[in-house]
Amino acid sequence: MKDTSLLTKEYRTIDYVSGPLIFVNGVLGASYGEIVKITLKDGEVRTGQVLDISEEHAVVQVFEGTRGIDLVGTTARFIGEPARINVSKDMLGRIFTGVGTARDGGPDIIPEAMLDIAGTPINPSARDKPADFIQTGMSAIDGLNTLVRGQKLPIFSGSGLPASKLAAQIARQAKVRGEGEEFAVVFVAMGITHKEASFFMQDFERTGALDRVVFFMNLADDPTVERLAAPRCGLTVAEFLAFTHNLHVLVILTDMINYCEALREISTAREEVPGRRGYPGYMYTDLASIYERAGRLKGKTGSITQIPILTMPDDDITHPVPDLTGYITEGQIVLSRDIFRRGGDPPVDALPCLSRLMNLGIGPGKTREDHRGVADQLYASYAYGRDLRRLVAIVGEEALTDLDRKYLKFADGFERQFITQGDDDRSIETTLAIAWDLFATLPVDELKRIKREHIKKYHPAAQEAAGDAPEKTAGS
Amino acid sequence: MAKGMKGSKMYDVVKVGTEALRGEIIRLEGDEAVIQVYEDTTGLTLGEAVENTETPLSVELGPGLLASIYDGVQRPLPVLLKLSGDFIGRGITAPGLDREKKWEFVPVAKNGDMLGPGDVIGTVKEFQFEHRVLVPPKVSGKVTGIRAGSFTVEEIVCVLDNKIQLPMMQSWPVRIPRPHVKKLDPLLPLITGQRVFDCMFPVTKGGTAMIPGGFGTGKTVSEQTLAKWSDTQIVVYIGCGERGNEMTDVLEEFPELVDPRTKLPLIERTILIANTSNMPVAAREASIYTGITIAEYFRDMGYDVALLADSTSRWGEALREVSGRLEEMPGEEGYPAYLATRLSAFYERAGRVICLGAGERNGSITVVGAVSPPGGDFSEPITQNTLRVVGTFWALDTNLAYRRHFPSVNWIKSYSLYLDCISEWYDKNIARDWRELREKAMYLLQKEVELQEIVQLVGPDALPDSEKAILDVTRMIREDFLQQSAYSDTDSFCPIEKQYLMLKVIMTYYEQANLAMNRGVSLRQVQVLPLKATIGRMKDAGETDEVRKMIDEVTASISGLEVEK
Repeated sequence: MKDTSLLTKEYRTIDYVSGPLIFVNGVLGASYGEIVKITLKDGEVRTGQVLDISEEHAVVQVFEGTRGIDLVGTTARFIGEPARINVSKDMLGRIFTGVGTARDGGPDIIPEAMLDIAGTPINPSARDKPADFIQTGMSAIDGLNTLVRGQKLPIFSGSGLPASKLAAQIARQAKVRGEGEEFAVVFVAMGITHKEASFFMQDFERTGALDRVVFFMNLADDPTVERLAAPRCGLTVAEFLAFTHNLHVLVILTDMINYCEALREISTAREEVPGRRGYPGYMYTDLASIYERAGRLKGKTGSITQIPILTMPDDDITHPVPDLTGYITEGQIVLSRDIFRRGGDPPVDALPCLSRLMNLGIGPGKTREDHRGVADQLYASYAYGRDLRRLVAIVGEEALTDLDRKYLKFADGFERQFITQGDDDRSIETTLAIAWDLFATLPVDELKRIKREHIKKYHPAAQEAAGDAPEKTAGS
Repeated sequence: MAKGMKGSKMYDVVKVGTEALRGEIIRLEGDEAVIQVYEDTTGLTLGEAVENTETPLSVELGPGLLASIYDGVQRPLPVLLKLSGDFIGRGITAPGLDREKKWEFVPVAKNGDMLGPGDVIGTVKEFQFEHRVLVPPKVSGKVTGIRAGSFTVEEIVCVLDNKIQLPMMQSWPVRIPRPHVKKLDPLLPLITGQRVFDCMFPVTKGGTAMIPGGFGTGKTVSEQTLAKWSDTQIVVYIGCGERGNEMTDVLEEFPELVDPRTKLPLIERTILIANTSNMPVAAREASIYTGITIAEYFRDMGYDVALLADSTSRWGEALREVSGRLEEMPGEEGYPAYLATRLSAFYERAGRVICLGAGERNGSITVVGAVSPPGGDFSEPITQNTLRVVGTFWALDTNLAYRRHFPSVNWIKSYSLYLDCISEWYDKNIARDWRELREKAMYLLQKEVELQEIVQLVGPDALPDSEKAILDVTRMIREDFLQQSAYSDTDSFCPIEKQYLMLKVIMTYYEQANLAMNRGVSLRQVQVLPLKATIGRMKDAGETDEVRKMIDEVTASISGLEVEK
């Protein structure tokens, strides 16, 4: 690291203010990403960060907004350090702003370390392979799109769909079986309303998890620029808790669309060439610098698992934000308005969902040997059933063959029994048992995706024939 | 980006600031140079010193490349791990090849031999692989000294009469293709063990292919399967702007997997270049070139190389980002106007060639590039520009992926331009009727699309038996032939002979069903035979002969049907 000069200079040369940006003239020795303290005429101090430097200007984005900044009385002081945050294990149970100052009225934390919020990329050869199955208790996730430790699995929601409820339920129920290891939740709220934030707060309070949670709150009426810092602060704390204190950290980021809007706002103010729908061309890289901060490291027991929530504008999955997110994250859970109206709870639309790391977390010794086959078969049969639904709308149910009618019933049963579960916390065995009960409604020959020996072992009919009653567990 | 220097050349590597961040000159204007820095520039201030190394970005080539993992500018990641811990710090440099390690050098050339560019000086055994040490391009002379023994890559092993001293290592600028004598037509197929690739849309050794698809369609899995099972001696895998956990997956899995042909661990033939999405953009731009230069080095030894780039869209985006910062006039969707030129120049570095040097060696590079079109929309510039230069197009389809049909290659949209080139090889090595079977299967699949439209309107009952039979068969082709799980123990690699026989079984079923129906047998009678289940279990059949027997079984049971009164 370079020596930083103890001498700091104050500039009174602000000569242009636009949106959240100020342009300071004639700055010497300012460095890229440096933090700037801005003192207003009335003595108020705000914080900003250098975005761009040229020979004439330093461009500074002001976290708290530029209201009240004038060109005459305001001064800018460059402190010669990149954005940092004080971190400590005592942050658990506390609430902070997007830039990491306490907002719950409590005292400032006593820092154990002061870390650069931009972080540095994890060396790919230092990464450990995510492999621990996390049981979320949700059939739609455990059965079909298994979450593993160190994964980043976003929830794609639509406005009005209960994504928060799903996220809270996951945070509440998630556990790695057979382990009592310490966990923590880092919750980063970006531009959400007070009501949504208090939903999470109450839910954590109700379940007694509140003192394991670090909150970073940037609500809808808080400054936009802080929104860009919020996830980075949250992840810096998460990295600290995971890799210094060996906790298993679950990071919930909500709502990523607000983050991207903020990014667009700043980009426009900087007069950059816009990419798709006005979002900046570097949005992929920017999002990656957030999402890639999940994972495990070799030789460390802690881990970071991310669940970003994002609302798809107009339920459009091809919108740049969900699109780029999908390219970076390891799968996605998609909520659908259609399933929601049909009474699905959670309204997960299984078909576009995916968990790329599923295979690492399932199978013998982790979940059960038939898991892969069962998941593939559920998908194939449900997809076929869904196709038939469209067909029925045109030609009527009478025109179908017997087999097709069974598939139609299968698809309905899949949505009503397998996906829908309300507040139940299902074990993976219960989830698989429900799947097998559904398979029992189809002819055995149709179960092509499952290995024969597994059919013999787990198919309800085969089990009855063998004399032992199929395992009936709660919820099946 | 920094400015202010004179007398520099384009694409020279420079060191910026007190931390000595590495960068490359990308624009010269008067005495000013624009530099793109391969690392994060936070903390750089105006007026930092810039030191020019006077050399373009080059990679080090020599023994020790195999089984290593590099970032986009050939810094070995395990070494960085030792130097800076779990997270990658800034301003660290490390040589691409291990300087300490000694290799057993066995000379081939003798004192007094005249050597020209590309001639073999000697060999080094790297794992089980014969690493040929070549005379670098543009160098020639008479051997005056050559020695055997254990040396590091920098020690001189051979001296020529014009005072040129040759170590085992050489370096080559990444943006310049390595020379070769002549390009050859690609006539040999690249056998991948994947049915939909080998049988339906083959690619040749020295050919190019692209895999475009929206997220979750299995691009990465396809690339990884190709990396695992392609019948080449060397695989270069570039993770360009993709996920860190995926690279870990490759790193952990490859040492355990065994090449089905040589029975050696796959990692011993693999070179990984990992530039994950959160690593600096400029290094991402360079990673593709670093990869192909390494591939060319092995090609020059006379080997077949497969280069897998995942994903070229991220590379294109890196170009766009840099171009945007340079305030260049944007072309389509903000991409620079030279995107097409860069893309085609990259893909043209593939090919089967006669290598430099005596003894007429043939080597090839097959390039398979994944493309991630935003929103799964194939009309975007990277997909379209790549389409113009590649020979095989494997279009991945979101709808197929949703129903877990993997590999989700859409059989209607995909194509291969190499079918004619490789027919001869297939005729000789597999069977004469391969092409015919393939065409017939493709015809049926096309027909299915039309029939499905009718079914959507009037329901399946309205179709005549002959057309219902087509629907039955195409379902078999789709489910029992085209689908192939990359995670199955028995089916992730399917020998080419078994592939052919599987297709043959299904097509026999269709022919026999047609013959039977002509005799007056109803389709229902054929349908109730237990053949569907038999065919469905073909994938798991361990022995090729088992499948061969099925042909007779299918023929016998269908032709044995009696007309119902």
